Amino acid sequence: MELVEAIILSVLAASTPLLIAATGELLTERSGVLNLGVEGMMIMGAACGFAGAWLSGSILVGALCGMVAGTLMSLIFALMALGLAVNQVATGLALTILGVGLSGLIGAGFVGERITPAAHLDIPGLTDIPFIGNVLFGQDAFVYLSLALIVGVWWFLYRTRPGLILRACGDNHLSAHALGYPVLRIRTLAVMFGGACAGLAGAYLPLAYTPFFIPGMTAGRGWIALALVVFSSWRPGRLVVGAYLFGAVTILQLHAQGWGVGIPSQFMSALPYLATIIVLVLLSRARTGGSTAPAALGTVFVPDR
Amino acid sequence: MLDPTPNGLHSGEPPLLQTRGLTKRYGDFVANDSIDIEIRPGEIHALLGENGAGKSTLVKAIYGLIQPSAGEISWQGRPIVLSGPSDARRRGIGMVFQHFSLFDNLTVAENVALGLDGSESFKDMSARLAQVSKTYGLPLDPKREVWQLSVGERQRIEIVRALMQDPKFLILDEPTAVLTPQEADQLSIVLERLKAEGRAILYISHKLDEVKRLCDTATILRAGKKVATRNPRLETAASLARMMVGSEIKEVRAAAGRQTTVPRLVVNDLSLAPAEAHGVRLEHVSFELKGGEILGIAGVAGNGQDELFAALSGERLSKDPGAVVIEGIAAGHLSITGRRKLGAAFVPEERLGHGTAPRMKLSENALLTGHAASRMVRHGFIDTAATLKTVDTATETFDVRKAKRDPEAASLSGGNLQKFIVGREILRNPAVLVVSQPTWGVDAGAAAVIRQALLDLATEGAAVLVTSQDLDELVEITDRIAVMFHGRLSVPLPTRETTREKLGLLMGGSSLEPKEAVHASGA
Repeated sequence: MELVEAIILSVLAASTPLLIAATGELLTERSGVLNLGVEGMMIMGAACGFAGAWLSGSILVGALCGMVAGTLMSLIFALMALGLAVNQVATGLALTILGVGLSGLIGAGFVGERITPAAHLDIPGLTDIPFIGNVLFGQDAFVYLSLALIVGVWWFLYRTRPGLILRACGDNHLSAHALGYPVLRIRTLAVMFGGACAGLAGAYLPLAYTPFFIPGMTAGRGWIALALVVFSSWRPGRLVVGAYLFGAVTILQLHAQGWGVGIPSQFMSALPYLATIIVLVLLSRARTGGSTAPAALGTVFVPDR
Repeated sequence: MLDPTPNGLHSGEPPLLQTRGLTKRYGDFVANDSIDIEIRPGEIHALLGENGAGKSTLVKAIYGLIQPSAGEISWQGRPIVLSGPSDARRRGIGMVFQHFSLFDNLTVAENVALGLDGSESFKDMSARLAQVSKTYGLPLDPKREVWQLSVGERQRIEIVRALMQDPKFLILDEPTAVLTPQEADQLSIVLERLKAEGRAILYISHKLDEVKRLCDTATILRAGKKVATRNPRLETAASLARMMVGSEIKEVRAAAGRQTTVPRLVVNDLSLAPAEAHGVRLEHVSFELKGGEILGIAGVAGNGQDELFAALSGERLSKDPGAVVIEGIAAGHLSITGRRKLGAAFVPEERLGHGTAPRMKLSENALLTGHAASRMVRHGFIDTAATLKTVDTATETFDVRKAKRDPEAASLSGGNLQKFIVGREILRNPAVLVVSQPTWGVDAGAAAVIRQALLDLATEGAAVLVTSQDLDELVEITDRIAVMFHGRLSVPLPTRETTREKLGLLMGGSSLEPKEAVHASGA
């Protein structure tokens, strides 16, 4: 029982950064912009988040620093890909390369430092309930925030008028423009939201997951977040399934390797990717016809005026 | 000629909308040159002109989508500056776009909501949508996503969306270009009703007969300038066309004594399951097409014409090689290239994306269909000079107007691109030409050039198959007409012996005897 609880707790911790980053990217892509720079924005969030927390002694300040760093990175992307209508794929890749390099420089002075990680919720009575208490009421703020974020994004996209307008921009920017919607402004805001989320997801790593910073500590999580958005067919509900599934299989295969299951470790390491792809592909098969991806995704828009 | 109220067309009623000296420049190019136009309540005002004459630019300026470089727009007697389409909508100006401004993956209700200012709840909006669509006889299912709908239904969304703003003035940019005759008639009824309600309508169309029937006033633009304002009922289609083009449009004429020769394209009992979930199944389609002959296929869009084109062009293969016979050789199993090598050429309906790769140059697009059967590739390398020569020849022969020698396909206007595509195929001297909707959304001048080219090709002995929704076009150029309905093809009838009524009945699916069709082709 304790082992199961420990596994669930580590699954939550492993899935949260993926979920936060993927939520931001989902909203960005729904507006029709493909920002491949998630990894770069995340690692900048990690470096600046740790620096902020170490210098101020506050996890909150650290988290905000991470979000600001991610947002600033996303603004570079917005300037290039939206303002100057540069190819989005190339810009996103460049942003990742920039982020990895710059974060190493910013974080160099902090390598080896430690901070007190983010506090976990502790409600006397509730948190003490055996098994479920710790899982439901004993998490750090990031975990609850990530869930609130994805519910909020779902609600925004499907229940509000600005959300409808954002989806419209992602489906057909020419039509949206013809109806008088400021496509580039809406997309810039969506890109900034994606940047803030990626920065927060990155900051989660040194602030809550491991209480120190090492260069390149995002270790490809940004790419996984991107893949999750695609495989979830841009649906918030499926994104949660995908993120937790990926986290769960990651942790389980680690344990399985520890128990000495007679399967090559390379195959075990590949399991999370395989499992996530298979499940999300099966989920997306349910829809017939129409386009699952935002139809205008990754296309350049220049308004005529 | 620039007198705003010529010929005493109007009574003393003040104009609802008026432009004075409206000018729009894009760099050196003047899209609209000092245009004066007046629109009064309760009139249907036609805006005529060839592609590129500046019609779309003018209505975009009136709808606030672009800012004029000079000149002024007055609304209800007062000069206004529109900050954008939502500003225009607030004042009571609505617009139905030529290329629909719809969102394929959103529902009908969501699409309508996006065209409104959002001051009412989604639920109230949906209720009003149901009511407006009922009042005007424009049925819509608010929960369906747009990609599932037909072209006619899509246009209904646009119109209902515009009507829900209760506009005083409605702009319609080529509303009937993509509609079947029946759908177009239905639209006329709606427009008459809007007019009776005292609304003003600005109506862009290439169909001059329709304009004569429907419109009270016509303003004609040519090369960005206003040429005249007339009462279309007092003009003839020919005189209107003359003002649009600036010269006489050549009448399309078939050479006398055209001889039909051997069968060059034979289709034997072709049946094909649909490729997509919403596609049409081709059932026992048979016909025989001789050299020197033009066969027309009429029918309401979506009755299997696209599937037939795919089966003929080799985009889809048939199990039975003998189902499609080109020049006496069974070709049902051959790829597009294989069929081209037999002397066939194909012009699909979609100009951009199917007929051409939009972002590639014309020379590259010429190579894409000409690489196998024309001499544009030498020892595996592209002969650039030959591809450019093809472009030049097509440009010269078919009067393709473009800004530079070898521009991207997407930069050409619809009519000029279509002339290039048809020209590209005809220059290959095909034995068989299969062409779908040859003059869809093309102005009168370009349409005449294309139709004449098809007739000339048949005169030279080629077999030409034309699929079109434009009955007038088919009557004008074909020798025989067959009708496609639910994937079946009727017996081709000599064009001289058909009437619009007869074809209309067949298009509606009555008196169709597929068995007879099989026999007729076997004979």
